[in-house]
Amino acid sequence: MQQYASQIHRCFRCGYCKFPTDYSSFNCPSYRRFRFDSYSTGGRLWLIYAWLKGEVEWSEHLADILYACTTCKNCTEQCPMKFAGDIVDWIVGARSDMVEKGKIPPRVARFFEAVHGYGNPLKLLRSDRDAWADGTKRYEPGDEYLFYVGCLGSYDENAQKMSKSLAELLNKAGVSFGILGSEEECCGNEIYMLGEMGLFQVLAEKNTQQFKELGVKKIVTLSPHAYNVMRNNYSAAGANFQVYHYTQLLSDLIKKNKIKLSQNKAKVTYQDPCFLGRYNKIYDEPRQILQSIPGIELIEMERNRQDAFCCGGGSGNFVMDLLAGSEDSPGRVRVREAYETGADTLAVACPSCLTIFTDAVKTEDLDEKLTVKGISQIVMESLSSK
Amino acid sequence: MSDIHEDLARIVGKNWVSSQKEERYLYGRDPGLMPPHEPEYVVMPKTTEEVQEIVKLANREKVPVVPKGAGLSLTGLVIPQRGGILLDMKRMDKILEVNDKAGYVIVEGGTTHATLKSHLMKHYPHLRHSMPDSPPIATIVANAVIHGQGRLTQQHGFNSDMVSGLEVVLGTGELCRIGSCAVSQYWFSKGPPMPDLTGLFLGWFGTTGVITKLGMKLYPCKKIRDAMMFLTDRADLVPDIMRKLGRTEMMEDIVSSFAPLPLRLKGNFNILIIITGDSEEEVEFKRKMAWDTLWEYFESRDGGFLSVPPDMKPALLAMPSKDTTRFADTSKGGGFEYSGPITPIEKYPEFIAKLEELASKYKLFYASSARVIDGGHSMMFSFSYTFNRADPDSMVRVKTALDEAAEFALEQGGVIWKPNIDEQKMVMERMDPNTLKLMMKLKELLDPNGIMNPGNWEAK
Repeated sequence: MQQYASQIHRCFRCGYCKFPTDYSSFNCPSYRRFRFDSYSTGGRLWLIYAWLKGEVEWSEHLADILYACTTCKNCTEQCPMKFAGDIVDWIVGARSDMVEKGKIPPRVARFFEAVHGYGNPLKLLRSDRDAWADGTKRYEPGDEYLFYVGCLGSYDENAQKMSKSLAELLNKAGVSFGILGSEEECCGNEIYMLGEMGLFQVLAEKNTQQFKELGVKKIVTLSPHAYNVMRNNYSAAGANFQVYHYTQLLSDLIKKNKIKLSQNKAKVTYQDPCFLGRYNKIYDEPRQILQSIPGIELIEMERNRQDAFCCGGGSGNFVMDLLAGSEDSPGRVRVREAYETGADTLAVACPSCLTIFTDAVKTEDLDEKLTVKGISQIVMESLSSK
Repeated sequence: MSDIHEDLARIVGKNWVSSQKEERYLYGRDPGLMPPHEPEYVVMPKTTEEVQEIVKLANREKVPVVPKGAGLSLTGLVIPQRGGILLDMKRMDKILEVNDKAGYVIVEGGTTHATLKSHLMKHYPHLRHSMPDSPPIATIVANAVIHGQGRLTQQHGFNSDMVSGLEVVLGTGELCRIGSCAVSQYWFSKGPPMPDLTGLFLGWFGTTGVITKLGMKLYPCKKIRDAMMFLTDRADLVPDIMRKLGRTEMMEDIVSSFAPLPLRLKGNFNILIIITGDSEEEVEFKRKMAWDTLWEYFESRDGGFLSVPPDMKPALLAMPSKDTTRFADTSKGGGFEYSGPITPIEKYPEFIAKLEELASKYKLFYASSARVIDGGHSMMFSFSYTFNRADPDSMVRVKTALDEAAEFALEQGGVIWKPNIDEQKMVMERMDPNTLKLMMKLKELLDPNGIMNPGNWEAK
């Protein structure tokens, strides 16, 4: 990441990063929202380079442009150049420089303050972190899995339904697991993507230390964001545990017949979360779960898998919402696309997607026509009574 | 905030106008080597009416207006030489009509080639358009305005030859329809049997008006496409080879490439031949035609067909071609530019010699591709050199080499394709004086206040 300043001039600004594979639409969420070239990946990289060269002074507008990137990795997927895999690191590197210089948008600063002070970006009390849990047991040494719930799954009213249903499913399937409750700390994925490397290091070390002390060997996460950061960015903090996203675990439990499913008639379309799909190439397990439920018809949106259109919530935007306020906001665009498939349910595997889409269906006046649900909720509703 | 900014915001909505430094910086330069000049305002209109309002405002205020597609000419054609209002047309991105029976499409002024390609593949898989090698964000209008080329140029001429009608906001703000659509609801002809007025706008780089709608001819999309590669190490044979292939009237595309890398192909002229068919029999027949046409070079041991490995074919057949874009980062510098004269095919050997001479003189990495145009009446020959954006010296060397290449092309009887403002002056200096006078009269007629992309096609 430190090398970004010596590499960033390599972007030609060809614009492939704006599209999905079949060019059917614009697939960069911030470009789709704002449409000025400055909000595309290429424009952003050129502006960062101009800032490094002193051709453009720092401004709040420049910082907004930089932080409006959701780090969804569509650009990495589509860029034809050899440096494609480095693009997100370059953006995170520039954000890190801005953080070090104290030059960040107020909304980003508030995000950092909240995580630092409260352990979550919503500024909610640590003691309320397990308010959703309703008796779900605490992790104890010897439990097979630590269920890492994450900030949204702990505090957000809608995402809590995902957490609850997952905890119930794991209990019913006889999985040995526990949660950290009020001792749980923010995973730091957004902090990393927003470039606050000092705070990220603190969170990664604190979490890793806690997991080690409890003897945790396996972690199952509700959020793809937590799954990503723990799997890919915790190694420097000495992490040596296995991380699973809950859809991987549920898929396995269904295959082993530990979760038995009955008829649930619904037309469902599925949103690939960026941190599950493009970041970690998990595309099949969520679909396998949905397809294993009798009565569910899975209808794909035109942009799916590596071409899925981001909900707009990445890089802390599920709280900061720098892309909100327009019919071109990614969440609103995406729920319209979901509705156009003829589906009555938009299935998600990520609490960020859930919160963004739940708001978006209301704004688009689709709440009577399209229901947004976590996959764990759908599975829970489909449980066989036998 | 200036009055003009407020007026623009009133016309397009406040979200679609910016006078902030970041947008001015970005829209004041392109990926090529021409010096930047920033606009004062960047505006993204959504409708023809908004474009009219903006042009009328610009006339009142005597402020320049520069219409822009994706800005990928690399020759700075939409760098606002005198500031003013930059019109980013890409919000006008609708495909308004596909007339399957007559074989044309009507698009708005900022529709990208990628959007059209995707639309046709999904809804009209039996139809296609001439996809250029430029990145997918290139707009159909801008490509036609610079007389761009595409995958069907060998068969049907410049992409601008495939235009079948225009809607244009003149430099005065008046709205005008050009072609059959001026008298009919159909957009099947850009002029004939009437006078062809598209020539008042195509090739003018936005100095005579803003194209807000464009009709473009569509062609059959054959079910099978295949790539063949013929190699020779003799530049002097390439013109005959390309001409003979063109005259078979069987090939979709014919492009001769020359570059020092990959090493296994160094010193060879690689002639890519694309063939298409609705059946294997049709493809096989065309493949045999190519073999028969070039058999004499095989017999004289001057050339031969390269067996193209299956894993190489997708890249050769790709539309758009990602390899073209990748050339920019060959030297990990993120930049390339080319001078692309349109010239008789017979000049190929001289141009190749000049390409290598300039590369050696200025220590540059080079490549060239030459595409046959319209069956062989001419070709586009590219002098392509890479540069490093972090190395100003390399940028100066490439620019100097390209200036020399442009001079050379003109001396050889070629005409510079999408010339930058310096090259436009070179062209106008050599132009028949009465032709130049006519051009200037037309320009003044269509843009009396001289607000349309000023600096381009200016004789003074």
